[in-house]
Amino acid sequence: MTDLTAGSLSVDQIRDEYTGMTRRKRVYGGILMILFVALMAAGFRTADDRNAGSFIDGWHRILDYPSEVLSEAWEKIAEMPANLVTFFPALIETLNIAAAATLVGTIAGTFLALMSTRGMALWPSLIPLFRRISDIFRAIPEIVIALVLIFILGGGPVPAMIAIAIHTAGALGKLFSEVNENASLKPVEGLYSVGANWSQRMYLGVIPQVGPNYVSYALLRFEINIRASAILGFVGAGGLGYELRNAMSWGQGRYDEAAAIFILLFVTIVVVDQLSGILRDRLTHGSEKGASA
Amino acid sequence: MSTFATELSIGELKAEADRLFSRKRLTNFGLPALVLVYLIYVYFAFDVPGLAGRANLENGKTLVSDSYSYKTHIERDNRTGEIAAAIEGERKGAYPDGEAPDWVALGETTVIDLEDGHVVRFGPETVEYDIPGYGTIRATPTRAAGVQAEMPDGVVPEWINVSKNRLTVTTDAGRLTVTRNRSEVFRYFTGWELFWFTLDSPYYGQSFPELAWRAASGEAGAIFNDFWTNKMWRHQDVAWAIFETILMAFLGTLGAAMVALPLAFLATRNFNPMKSIRFATRRVFDFVRGVDALIWTVVLARAFGPGPLTGAFAILVTDTGTFGKIFSEALENVDQKQIEGVQSTGANATQRYRFGVIPQVTPVLLSQLLYFLESNTRSATVIGAITGGGIGLLLTQAIITQKDWEEVAYYIILIILMVMLMDWFSGWLRKRLIQGGTRKKRRSRDPNRKRFLLP
Repeated sequence: MTDLTAGSLSVDQIRDEYTGMTRRKRVYGGILMILFVALMAAGFRTADDRNAGSFIDGWHRILDYPSEVLSEAWEKIAEMPANLVTFFPALIETLNIAAAATLVGTIAGTFLALMSTRGMALWPSLIPLFRRISDIFRAIPEIVIALVLIFILGGGPVPAMIAIAIHTAGALGKLFSEVNENASLKPVEGLYSVGANWSQRMYLGVIPQVGPNYVSYALLRFEINIRASAILGFVGAGGLGYELRNAMSWGQGRYDEAAAIFILLFVTIVVVDQLSGILRDRLTHGSEKGASA
Repeated sequence: MSTFATELSIGELKAEADRLFSRKRLTNFGLPALVLVYLIYVYFAFDVPGLAGRANLENGKTLVSDSYSYKTHIERDNRTGEIAAAIEGERKGAYPDGEAPDWVALGETTVIDLEDGHVVRFGPETVEYDIPGYGTIRATPTRAAGVQAEMPDGVVPEWINVSKNRLTVTTDAGRLTVTRNRSEVFRYFTGWELFWFTLDSPYYGQSFPELAWRAASGEAGAIFNDFWTNKMWRHQDVAWAIFETILMAFLGTLGAAMVALPLAFLATRNFNPMKSIRFATRRVFDFVRGVDALIWTVVLARAFGPGPLTGAFAILVTDTGTFGKIFSEALENVDQKQIEGVQSTGANATQRYRFGVIPQVTPVLLSQLLYFLESNTRSATVIGAITGGGIGLLLTQAIITQKDWEEVAYYIILIILMVMLMDWFSGWLRKRLIQGGTRKKRRSRDPNRKRFLLP
């Protein structure tokens, strides 16, 4: 069709049409850009108005608090090793919360993913139900469950672990089911033909195919969960966040401890980030090599 | 491989297969065993056995029942004889003086009908409670002698709690508490009380068709105003809080993308030949990502005070690091040919970037941006709970009061809906912007495409 109409047009007409189209595109782009900038500006204005302190008054104070903390920590630099040792158990607790939540969430997420993938589900008619469950789990911010559970179970690592595990299960459930859709169903059928039951089919037929991808997603989730478990500690769920809040709300005189906690958290996040990056790289590359060989 | 295998004898092959099998068996059983051992360790490290002692199941019960039901308090001051009725016992839900719900007959002897035959009478001196199948409980509060309670004969059941100065009767129909100074009846109802209109509104208790008719005859503004300024549920504040939360996510995500894009060019091998600057930029990305939103929130809250601006900046700073990393990876993978093609037409540097580079990375950038918009809505809720802003703040406040569980349930539902809406919206937009048009939908499942992993 385009050929027919193009054939009847002269070069000038084509050029005019093209420049016209480009101009229109540019105008649309320009309008969108202006709209976007206006939206951002209006958004920042609104946020600024509704904030306790405004940006204009506050921006030069951004560094006040860090420098205060750092200078005090520097004065008491001799106590830093002792502080680091003091808060090491809290760090372990934060890591344990993240690790246990990731493990439990991965197991639950695997189950949710298998249950919501066509061809693998134990009850195919319930696939939509399991999909909605993982959607809802994913949509709940950790803090919501943590706060409610802290009220019932009291403060400590368990509410945080449950809260993070629920969110992890939902998030991984969705990612895992995407992985599952790429998995071959032939091994499952083969196992079915020799009389394997559902759990055997899944454990021997599906998991080996998707394992590396699962582990890679779970590792990434572990990184995210360390941050989440630190934040939840801040609202009373134990670990580093809890110690940080105590050290900070003490007001003057405990900033050396706050600095020690900052350092522990920072180093942990960076180290886990790097380690899991290397591991994930190896996992995905390894699986690709295995697939092509 | 196979050529080597043919040179091996059958015995060697068998041995190798056996080794392979035993290794597989080891990992197959060893890995779950390791996980189990770790979980057992955590079980004791978190003191789960001791949890049963610390857990307060009574709290859980009130939480659950309160989240879908409410109670109306009928309270008598035993000295003055004044009777006050209030929903949830709050001033915001109080009936005007001399008025009460229709199941309460005010008078010298106030009769409170708790249904199913349960009737409480506040007499001038004595409080009576008829319980079907048990009898009538009488209690006479006096200032001098405390509460004198008369029970039907027999053992006092465990749902009646009686002491010198206090009588508490808890039944399925309601609860009666008599102390020296006050007599109080709770009656429980299912639902969220006063959700639409408070008692002082003329529209309270009207049916939907009636309201629709009134709205049609010109009262729509007044009706909406009464709903919007409902003191019990504060619909206006809640709407603002949700807006603030979304605003935080929106400003933080887009602001971070705008800051990260130019910086990402500095961190790539193909656009920035200076190794030292490249190294420095990457370390900056690592640093802001590593410091974590929690610490940024704390630091920024000291400078700007609590509010949505602080939250937006905390998200902005953290995500600048993440976006910088993702964008620079995308930029390192761009096709040089397209840039050369643009250059061959005589384009200058800006034009080369605009027409040679940006169109190549836009799909990756946009899809990342939209993924993060959804995930940051959740982060904004959490950050709001720490710094004080948005729906996160309302949620923590409602939880701290430890009694407004119906509001907690309401906020939780709103948060879940908000996140799901953002999830749906970003997915829709992604499809429209990136996959709309000629590209096939199947592309997203392309296994060779570099996967970006997301929170």
